[in-house]
Amino acid sequence: MTDVASRLAARRGAIVRNQAFWGVIAIVLLLAVNVVADPGYLSIGYNSGHLSGNLIDILRASAPILMIAVGMCLVVATGGIDLSVGSIMVVAGAVSMELLSGMDGTTGDAALTLAIALGIATVLGAVNGVLVSVVGLQPFISTLVMMLAGRGIAKVITGGQNTTADNDSFAWLANGYVLGVPVVFLLAIVIVVLVALLVRRSALGLMLEAIGMDSRASRLAGVKRRSLQLTVYSVSGLLAGIAGVFATASVMTVDVSRTGYQLELDAILAVVIGGTSLAGGKFSIGGAVIGGLLIATLDKTVVFLGVPAAATPAFKAIVIVVLCLLQSERVRSLFRHRRALRAQSQKEAVAA
Amino acid sequence: MTGAPPIVEMTGISISFPGVKALDAVDFRLFPGEVHTLMGENGAGKSTLIKALTGVYKIDEGQILVAGEERRFGGTADAQAAGIATVYQEVNLCSNLSIGENVMLGHEVRGPFGINWKATHRAAADVLATLGLEQLDLRRPLATLSLAIQQLVAISRAMVTKPKVLILDEPTSSLDANEVANLFTVIRRLRDQGVAILFVTHFLDQVYAISDRITVLRNGGFVGEYPTRELDRTTLISKMIGKDFATLRSLGSERQSHHYEPRGEPLLKAEDLGRKGSSEPTDLELHQGEVLGLAGLLGSGRTELARLLYGADKPDSGTVWLRGKKTDIHNPTAALAHRIAFSSENRRDEGIIRDLTVRENLVLAVQAKRGWFRPLSRKEQDALVRKYLTELNVRPADPERPIKFLSGGNQQKVLLGRWLATEPDLLILDEPTRGIDVGAKAEIQAAVAALAAKGVAVVFISSELEEVVRLSDRIIVMKDHRKLAELENGPHVTAETIVAVIADEGDDEEGDSE
Repeated sequence: MTDVASRLAARRGAIVRNQAFWGVIAIVLLLAVNVVADPGYLSIGYNSGHLSGNLIDILRASAPILMIAVGMCLVVATGGIDLSVGSIMVVAGAVSMELLSGMDGTTGDAALTLAIALGIATVLGAVNGVLVSVVGLQPFISTLVMMLAGRGIAKVITGGQNTTADNDSFAWLANGYVLGVPVVFLLAIVIVVLVALLVRRSALGLMLEAIGMDSRASRLAGVKRRSLQLTVYSVSGLLAGIAGVFATASVMTVDVSRTGYQLELDAILAVVIGGTSLAGGKFSIGGAVIGGLLIATLDKTVVFLGVPAAATPAFKAIVIVVLCLLQSERVRSLFRHRRALRAQSQKEAVAA
Repeated sequence: MTGAPPIVEMTGISISFPGVKALDAVDFRLFPGEVHTLMGENGAGKSTLIKALTGVYKIDEGQILVAGEERRFGGTADAQAAGIATVYQEVNLCSNLSIGENVMLGHEVRGPFGINWKATHRAAADVLATLGLEQLDLRRPLATLSLAIQQLVAISRAMVTKPKVLILDEPTSSLDANEVANLFTVIRRLRDQGVAILFVTHFLDQVYAISDRITVLRNGGFVGEYPTRELDRTTLISKMIGKDFATLRSLGSERQSHHYEPRGEPLLKAEDLGRKGSSEPTDLELHQGEVLGLAGLLGSGRTELARLLYGADKPDSGTVWLRGKKTDIHNPTAALAHRIAFSSENRRDEGIIRDLTVRENLVLAVQAKRGWFRPLSRKEQDALVRKYLTELNVRPADPERPIKFLSGGNQQKVLLGRWLATEPDLLILDEPTRGIDVGAKAEIQAAVAALAAKGVAVVFISSELEEVVRLSDRIIVMKDHRKLAELENGPHVTAETIVAVIADEGDDEEGDSE
């Protein structure tokens, strides 16, 4: 009996120590708050072939964040960071809108546009990769440069305007439904699963972790640091490009100063909430997905509760600080200690 | 030491960790004015015993008497207050501060206006003088000193509180022979002043050079306490490993019988191989199935030469022929592809990847060689891991344990497995036996001998000359980043021969090295 109990306790301990667990708790709590504000919050409607409701909105909104969070997760595993994902998003969006606005609106046009936009995003990611791996600049600086340059490039592409375009196939990527579920979320999940399989079924994950944990030792073990870093930053660029397409296709407009603005910070948060250390090494794509979903839920909650725009950043910050505190082993052991003390003093009180 | 009561007397000390009894009824005595060595393999309980004495661990059973008084140490501060000071293996000093500041850190002399630096430096000078180190310049930043001098500064720092007991935990593991001699002068001086010194080392020579008595531990148990002069080396080793000396001895003879005569085309031939600032142009030939020893003092350029052969550093002069073909080895990936493997002397920073498991560490090089898109299946990985964990006798043989939880000797064996798994034709081992226990050392030496017998060419680097002589077919002696001599090994060659070669050269070119 005690054996079973101790095993259960051990398993509970492992779950509690798993950082992504707290992300799930946070999502549930946020949804609960929304339900208190409006008991019908979780209801899912079905009309004219697709599901609708707040949950569906959250899933739809999470797609771009999931993309950049997964890319960020791989980069962080190697001990790096990619600050340019938000800017690469706007470049991809600008390229798409600018191309589509001069075309007829056929599916072929959409496919061509998509390929060019993602190609450019990948090249920008590869430039980051070259700066980090070949030139040897610090990832923070290299991608900071790209973050500043990217938004500039987007403005040059659109001539400083917020370009709008029309293409039903392209818009379908963001607004369409398959089996009642938003296409954009399905695509995001498929891409995440593909990346996760690629990383964990091949030895890529092990190699990335090895570089992130000890770059000198892994070099001597024959791990090709340069080409792997180049790959990872390129992939991060590509995923940011996809995120940019998702973000602009839903409204078929690129807002050069707002699209993807500061989303790199959301991506970093998602990765950290998922339990991947910014110091590099062990990483968790599943955790990054949970982190991304939490960020999306948080964004929607802020809007739903009608938090004033000026107070939004503060509200977000409070939620995230509390979450990080809960995740901290040190803070939890402090709580345990206090509980134990209280239990003891109660016992003593009973004995006396 | 005759007649005086012991300054430290530990009786029946037991300490348990969850699932393990780390110490089981161990006795230990330390007298004023003696050097006492604690011997045992890795995992025998030496560190645990020291930590019990320095208050890091609480003892479960037994009693500790210091100067005749029973003590219960609640933490390191209690032990320090009782007059027990410790110098750890890794130097714990601030490299950006000066010698004087480091020595007095936390014990600065205070005046009415804060720290009185003049008095502080005077106090530091006094401490250095008692150790016979008055020649050191107190104002020099620590970073400019060699590791050996830093070690002496660390000891000076420990002596500031005038402890009655000084614990030195492997102070010599990264020092060369000269530096060890200097350290021993200081230790003897302290001993003669009546300080009781507890010394931990893996080097047998040093045990016999410095210690008065030896306590042997094995598997957390107490084996015995012996005066050094009454315990010969063979007996000591057999007491440490708990079996007779035959395993060790047969190894030496096996190697001598295998003495290899190079014939045919060399596996690797290098001409003028060098790199500015780290290695003078060197010629070198390596044959299949031979062990080439690289001997020389620390900093003589052995490691640098090995790194050039592996492409860990890029050579800027010279040509390498591999199996008769001119080959460019410019990075480790290329070297591995040409079946060359290199085990770095820096196990912690360039060898193991601490947070990966034993399995992941072991398969890393093979996997890197195959490329990430051709992963080893879990079955292949398990087979490789099982093979090398058994062959090299890694303990615990748990593939899923993070490697950082293994002892140094077992980490080294896993690394050896990592390189063997790549099936190299040429294996370069830089200090593979440094800082590991006698048993693991013997196992690694046996593995090297077996490899050579299978036709692998091995480059073997070690600071322990006896080891180089015992294992090598040929020995290259290095000094000041160049090749000094090449010796055919044979009955006439001993460690003294090599020392003589290095020393002779020094006489010819006096002052050349500085």
